[in-house]
Amino acid sequence: MCVPAILFFLLMSYLPMPGLYLAFINYNYTSGIFGSQFVGFDNFKFLVTSGALWKLTFNTIAYNLAFILIGNTLQISIAILLNELRKKWFKKITQSLMFLPFFISFVLVGLIAYNILSYDYGLLNSMLKSIGWDPVKTYSNPGIWPFIIVITYLWQSTGYGSIVYFAAIMGLDSEIVEAAEIDGANALQRIRYIVLPWLKPTFIILLLFSLGGILRGNFGLFYNLVGANNTALFDATDIIETFVFRSLMNNFNFSLGSAVSLYQSVFGFFIVITANWLVKKASPENTLF
Amino acid sequence: MEQVIARQRGTDFSSVAIRAFGYLFIGLFALCCLLPFLLVLGTSLTAEKSITLHGYNLWPKEFSTFAYKIVFENPAVIIGSYGVTLGITIVGTTVGLFIVAMTGYSLQRPDFPYRNRISFFIYFTTLFQGGVVPFYLIMTQWLHLKDSYMAVLLPGLMSPFLIIMMKSFVTSIPHAITESAKMDGAGDFKIFTKLILPMTTPALATIGLFIALGYWNEWYNAMLFLSPDMKYRPLQLFLYNVVTSADFIKNSSVSSNVQPRDMPLESMKMATAVVATGPVILFYPMVQKYFIKGITVGAVKG
Repeated sequence: MCVPAILFFLLMSYLPMPGLYLAFINYNYTSGIFGSQFVGFDNFKFLVTSGALWKLTFNTIAYNLAFILIGNTLQISIAILLNELRKKWFKKITQSLMFLPFFISFVLVGLIAYNILSYDYGLLNSMLKSIGWDPVKTYSNPGIWPFIIVITYLWQSTGYGSIVYFAAIMGLDSEIVEAAEIDGANALQRIRYIVLPWLKPTFIILLLFSLGGILRGNFGLFYNLVGANNTALFDATDIIETFVFRSLMNNFNFSLGSAVSLYQSVFGFFIVITANWLVKKASPENTLF
Repeated sequence: MEQVIARQRGTDFSSVAIRAFGYLFIGLFALCCLLPFLLVLGTSLTAEKSITLHGYNLWPKEFSTFAYKIVFENPAVIIGSYGVTLGITIVGTTVGLFIVAMTGYSLQRPDFPYRNRISFFIYFTTLFQGGVVPFYLIMTQWLHLKDSYMAVLLPGLMSPFLIIMMKSFVTSIPHAITESAKMDGAGDFKIFTKLILPMTTPALATIGLFIALGYWNEWYNAMLFLSPDMKYRPLQLFLYNVVTSADFIKNSSVSSNVQPRDMPLESMKMATAVVATGPVILFYPMVQKYFIKGITVGAVKG
């Protein structure tokens, strides 16, 4: 009964893997994969010496770390605060609203960002002008993009993530909480000594998952926010996926794109194995495998 | 006793302070999640002239439905896009859901000897990937799916995440039930369709929604594999074209007999966004509880 799924993953995921051989050749469309010249590690050498690999790695990891750290902190805080609130209707409505951005496509996310940030008509500049400030040229100013990207990410994912943590809090035995209250624990102590430790396993599993993807960017987010051709912003916004996509669709440099992908997969693989090994040492019951 | 009850209600200073902060913080955050949608809706209903004068605004300074009129002036394109997206969503979700359910079910059967190996075979694809370039070559040169809707349909069918989710749902059904059905002479496939599927409806709803949402919002594979001269493109890609290419809007000015300088460029982008997103947002309140149920199981099981 799992034959269709096995076929699917063979076709979609395993079949492309040998294609990473592309990284070691100088791919030429007319002569095909096996007719192209074998160049060994030349593609990697080029990526390292041109500085591209370093920049892409740095951007990808820095953005993901920001997503993971700020994202989880915000999600856990909102879950805990939601749990403290009493008004049922308020919890319901706010939860629905926070979950809403999860339902839309990245194309719309990009459009919304443009709606707010566009130089001529954007909401941000209308607001700045109305209080007498100078408008900002967002789309040619790389310095502010880390903030824009992180904020957009948080906007879209916090609702979803906080429901995960909120659900985990719901599984907490209410007798423990009541006992602590009778013993005189105030709300802060309750959160510090009961709720936070209770959320630790969920946090570790989610952390492991996201560490596994730390070299994978959020392609849709970056591509739709920044656009394909805005070279002015690439220093601050280019991640591995956007680079690979450009090398495929704009420059037709299949080998260079594959080399970056191979580096990403191998390096990412070691990060998961290491992270899992570290967690196994610290708390063996929370590992992924 | 009085004092204990008072404590349980959380009347001490820190509880009250946290609650007050909670209402304020969550209220503001929820508002921030909603406002951008109102901004898009408001802009789509604003006269173009007012946008060039005052910029985008939440509330239309000068109300106009002209942008919508242009969008629907030439309904064939947008109806075609809706058709493609709907078709892909329905077919993909049905097929994908069935396969995910079947796989999830068989992978948790304790009497299935290869279950761990196959689970790892599936899980491994999240750890190591061939990357976009080989994937692109396989799809276009081996499977010859360039410019075929199959190229959009196929990759979205399932993901390891959904299979693992289904697996953990089915695990909660006692194995004794399938055992006894087997003794009564039911075959594996019959047990699955007659027994397991009806018992996992909440799971199926959740996973089906995940797959359907993925197809509705799909633009990536469409952009990779469907060339611009295809007649109808999935909704989100259609939206992408309207947003990014001035050509697209120029073409529709020709077909709707409006002078290019009178085309409501900005409000048209937003109106298209509303048309392409609307159904999901309207549908969302109804399906939200299934999503939450699904996420909850994921959170508890890890």
